[in-house]
Amino acid sequence: MAYDKFNILTSTAVPLPIENVDTDQIIPARFLKATERVGFGDNLFRDWRYNPDNTPKADFVLNDPTYSGKILVGGKNFGSGSSREHAAWAVYDYGFRCVVSSFFADIFKNNCLNIGVLPVQVSAEFLQKIYAAIFADPSTQLEVNLPEQTITLLPTGEKESFDISVYKKDNMMNGFDDIDYLQNMKAEIQEFATQLPL
Amino acid sequence: MSKTLFDKVWDKHVVRKIEGGPDVLFIDRHLIHEVTSPVAFLGLKSRGATVLYPNRTFATADHNTPTINQHLPVSDPLSANQLKALETNSAEYGISHWGLGHQKNGIVHVVGPEYGITQPGSTIVCGDSHTSTHGAFGAIAFGIGTSEVEMVLAAQCIMQQKPKSMRINITGSLGYGVTPKDVALFIISKLTTSGATGYFVEYAGEVFEKMTMEGRMTVCNLSIEMGARGGMIAPDQTTYDYVQGREFSPKGEAWDKAMAYWQTLKTDADAAFDKEYTFDGSEIEPMITYGTNPGMGMGISNAIPDAEQVEGGVATYEKSLNYMGFHEGESMIGKPVDYVFVGSCTNGRIEDFRAFASVVKGKKKADNVTAWLVPGSHIVEAQIKEEGILDILTEAGFTLRQPGCSACLAMNDDKVPAGKYAVSTSNRNFEGRQGPGARTMLASPLVAAAAAVTGKVTDPRTLLQETVEA
Repeated sequence: MAYDKFNILTSTAVPLPIENVDTDQIIPARFLKATERVGFGDNLFRDWRYNPDNTPKADFVLNDPTYSGKILVGGKNFGSGSSREHAAWAVYDYGFRCVVSSFFADIFKNNCLNIGVLPVQVSAEFLQKIYAAIFADPSTQLEVNLPEQTITLLPTGEKESFDISVYKKDNMMNGFDDIDYLQNMKAEIQEFATQLPL
Repeated sequence: MSKTLFDKVWDKHVVRKIEGGPDVLFIDRHLIHEVTSPVAFLGLKSRGATVLYPNRTFATADHNTPTINQHLPVSDPLSANQLKALETNSAEYGISHWGLGHQKNGIVHVVGPEYGITQPGSTIVCGDSHTSTHGAFGAIAFGIGTSEVEMVLAAQCIMQQKPKSMRINITGSLGYGVTPKDVALFIISKLTTSGATGYFVEYAGEVFEKMTMEGRMTVCNLSIEMGARGGMIAPDQTTYDYVQGREFSPKGEAWDKAMAYWQTLKTDADAAFDKEYTFDGSEIEPMITYGTNPGMGMGISNAIPDAEQVEGGVATYEKSLNYMGFHEGESMIGKPVDYVFVGSCTNGRIEDFRAFASVVKGKKKADNVTAWLVPGSHIVEAQIKEEGILDILTEAGFTLRQPGCSACLAMNDDKVPAGKYAVSTSNRNFEGRQGPGARTMLASPLVAAAAAVTGKVTDPRTLLQETVEA
């Protein structure tokens, strides 16, 4: 599915300093019943965000007007658990284009890259600096520069670089996806299949 | 160059290496279910693509299905719609579909092996993180997202960076009342919920060599719970005996050819791993989790650790214990239990029901416990009946439900109410996993059985002892 090209993102950020945020929190299983990719943002962090009677929980960060932006800053091991791409869809559909953490779960990270959400892994120290800056001043702007592979705290200019494969970077900057690539090597795949044991 | 088991299978399936990018990996077998496939089919349609190898994909409905009255229409319209979508999409593209009511219907990771779809040395993916289960056969098997499901449908390949390698050795033998589930929960408690992220694990050592295929599946199933994409065990005679004669297993000459390949699937003696751990099997106790991720587990006779003793932030740890209503330093023994769930792709196989029955035989279900016993497939259900296990369960006041994922992820009606405690043989104790506000303690079928008859967390070894003495 097509997604917005990613180049340089400058935005305020939403802090969620909790570790091991699992995909059942990002989107609980009971909201996975759709057969189309629509409306998942409404249920992002559903049970942390809403009471059982659907009233918002005032103490949850997404319900706090102090914080907003296109960048979500999560704790270590963000996105652990299920392979549900719905978690990445919910993050995207809510309006986030980038998730920053000191460590990502594997499948969630892949899913993000496949749908146009940039996972940016920073050091534990830099993550703490980001939190401190946002909590001190919620209007703090972060710059995520994909071509340069850097993330910068704009008020102080402190920055760190992050890893991404050349292939995935090119995909995200151009809005390409893997399926287009694979479709173009179909003959090679079919030839390869003939020599496999199964 | 010496290779690991993982290298051998991976390298055989690399169609192309992309410079500065992932490998294009050929997928032998693709399993799909109703939850993570509909959007993949939509994507396929919108690009005007088709399914490249329909005979390499198998569909079964499991996540949403009810576990009683399966002959009636599914009452939840959203669930019914997803089940219908799986059926329609499968029919449109010529994919085998084992829907609700079909004799082969069941949990995707239970029926795949049962019908011989799972084979050593193959690559298997599914839009479900517990696809790691199939690694028990010496296959590379892992969970994928919906975009990747679409890739596999369209091109029978996915793009993957080759993961790092880890070997976990368990030496010696297991103590009395200690099951494969305990081995897995023990490993995860040592490595933490993210300790194997970025790695593919090989399980080796005497404990796994002696383990049945069902036990190996339970262990490999839980690989994802320490962050590993998958785990695998080298195929041996136990594996071949399990695979032989199943519907999709190779026959005749094809079997001999397959065996020649499978017998090469061992890690070379001098192959190196990026990380290696060794544990002594005799040190493993029956395990139980006390927190909200599968790494928060301990021997059942231990006390809940203090925040300072565990890796990670104190705030996250305290949030977790608050959710569970537990405190540092407490024992789990004697904690009240409201629900018991036996089933799921982790522990929904025949051995799990045999284990459960061995404890509850001649006892009665505790009045305060609601028990959901859910076989993983119709084959398991039939075995339970044939082996007389159903009689033991009925005598003890339990009923058997119909196959499906059930209370593992609470997508159907089998939900644990808010605030209630469940001892569950499933794979995740995340907040709300078994229903909003539900509190889950993960454990083996033996621990679940002990809870079911006593109404509280109980060391199953004390009950097994009684049975032996009686």
